[in-house]
Amino acid sequence: MSLHLQNIDHIVNGVPHISGIDLALEPGSFNVLLGRTLAGKTTLMRLMAGLEPPTRGKIIMDGKDVTNVSVRKRNVSMVYQQFINYPSLTVYDNIASPLKLAKHPKSEIDKRVGEIAEMLHIEHLLNRYPQELSGGQQQRTAMGRALIKDADLILFDEPLVNLDYKLREELRDELRDLFKARNCIAVYATTEPNEALALGGNTAVLHEGRLLQYGPTEQVYREPNGRFSAEMFSEPPINIVPGQLTDSEITFDQTLHFPCDDELKRLEPGDYDFGVRASHLTLQPQQADDLALDVHVDVAEISGSETFLHVRHERFPLVLHLAGIHQFSVNEPLKVYFPTHQLYAFDKQGHTVHIPARQGGAAHG
Amino acid sequence: MNNKVPNNRAWLLVLPMLVLVAFSAIIPLMTVVNYSVQDVLGPNARFFTGTEWFQSMLNDDALQAAFLRQISFSLIILAIQIPLGIGIALIMPKRGWQASAVLILITLPLLIPWNVVGSIWQIFTRGDIGLMGWGLRELGIEYNITRNAGDAWVTIILMDVWHWTPLVAMLCYSGLRSIPEAYYQAARIDRASKWAVFRYIQLPKLTNVLVIAVLLRFMHSFMIYAEPFVLTGGGPGSATTFLSQSLTTMAVGQQDLGPSAAFSLIYFLVILLVSWVFYTTIMNMQKDKPPHGGA
Repeated sequence: MSLHLQNIDHIVNGVPHISGIDLALEPGSFNVLLGRTLAGKTTLMRLMAGLEPPTRGKIIMDGKDVTNVSVRKRNVSMVYQQFINYPSLTVYDNIASPLKLAKHPKSEIDKRVGEIAEMLHIEHLLNRYPQELSGGQQQRTAMGRALIKDADLILFDEPLVNLDYKLREELRDELRDLFKARNCIAVYATTEPNEALALGGNTAVLHEGRLLQYGPTEQVYREPNGRFSAEMFSEPPINIVPGQLTDSEITFDQTLHFPCDDELKRLEPGDYDFGVRASHLTLQPQQADDLALDVHVDVAEISGSETFLHVRHERFPLVLHLAGIHQFSVNEPLKVYFPTHQLYAFDKQGHTVHIPARQGGAAHG
Repeated sequence: MNNKVPNNRAWLLVLPMLVLVAFSAIIPLMTVVNYSVQDVLGPNARFFTGTEWFQSMLNDDALQAAFLRQISFSLIILAIQIPLGIGIALIMPKRGWQASAVLILITLPLLIPWNVVGSIWQIFTRGDIGLMGWGLRELGIEYNITRNAGDAWVTIILMDVWHWTPLVAMLCYSGLRSIPEAYYQAARIDRASKWAVFRYIQLPKLTNVLVIAVLLRFMHSFMIYAEPFVLTGGGPGSATTFLSQSLTTMAVGQQDLGPSAAFSLIYFLVILLVSWVFYTTIMNMQKDKPPHGGA
């Protein structure tokens, strides 16, 4: 089935939570809602599920207007950030509960619960109660409840946030596989760009209740349609440096001049915000034309097996994304290399006006 | 042996607490134990009686009757107050000023001292000036708590329900508020009925507060004294004479210190035993089967 949200507005107590969202989800697609906390991800999911009707706009499922159809009459399921299971029922009964409520025959329930439990690797836990399980197992049970229904729409509201790092990666990979064979629409909300990239599918970038961009995840990542989209879809956030573009040169901070590449020369001269990904900044020169910047270390942040290095140039801060774990001392002077051909350019309204060519020479649209 | 010094210090720190507990609980209790095994006739005349007082108390018909009344009373008020408290908690407003207003209104009976509750109901049920007594008489219903044992019982139970159901309701209300909204959403998505939500989400999540509510209400009601004493004086006859009133009559009225000490100890042990059995049963049930798994 397909799901089409048409010009959805949602206003709660006079505060707009969702503004003018128009989004069409294809049958069998896996969709990521990416946005920070309060971007409107959960609200949008509640509207999709029919837990509440939108203030304005229409929700079309398979060509039928379901805007005011209650959740009880739709075939949806949802997995939450908290591990939501019936506390007094065993794992088996929890997973079986949607089928039992729909009065399926016992033999069919047995078979389906068995299949789902095997898929989620909890077949040995069927007689346990939720509070006897680890967080990951509880969330697998909740997923089992959501998956067994053959719902038209499955919503995941940051389901892995409360799990530890390793478990999160494991479940995320399994989840992606689970949906390959299914024909339902899956929607997955997350605050983490890396999670969106790992899940693939399509990504919708949300910011303050607005849809910034929607498209295949890879494409949204490589070709953000604006500065916000680029910032939202990068971890650590993309570096934004204001600068001036003249006929053949870019100037950062009035003092740093460097020649720009041919593509950029086509733009009108003037003020732009230039973006460079944290992972494109290096401590060793990669290419002859890299721009060297003298910076001082602010803080080095270790994230998993990577280091986010925050540094300060005279006027603007930068963040580097380095593989591996590195130690730096505060205020340590460093040279950072800046690949001048890897620049994004955004105009002052925040629209993308230039996207760098892919590394390795691949052209882009 | 290096840790001997800190150990001694620790004992030193516990000492004030021990002294306090000794004076507040252990010494008074031992005094009672002391009385319960002796017949004290005067400062210098006492005889050791062994278990004689205990035996006579256990075989006392009046006390056995009071014990049965006491047990019936506790069971009846538990059977009414626990479901009623849950019901009230379920229909109480969930947020906003209405929630605060209802909470305050419902808490008012809890703030009234026991003997005042008794007085309020004593006046309330009077046939000449009490709203309830007068109203029932006007309706042609014969109602007199000083003459009719049934009326006295009904009134005492009503009074206790009015006084203490709010406690159960408040405990349940707090338990219900702690259930994340997502549970209710998930239930709606599952198309679960109201009953299923209550049975499989709310009730299991309330088990812990309900255990507390039942224990508190059992202990409280088993020791009830001031309210029936003020309302009916234990009458008509001895129809509403509960254990604590029998005890007071014996100890303070008749100065039978030996028997009443023995009686106090039995009384105390019964409450302790029932509470312990109830608590361990529930906890074991939770260990085998999680909350309300078998109920």
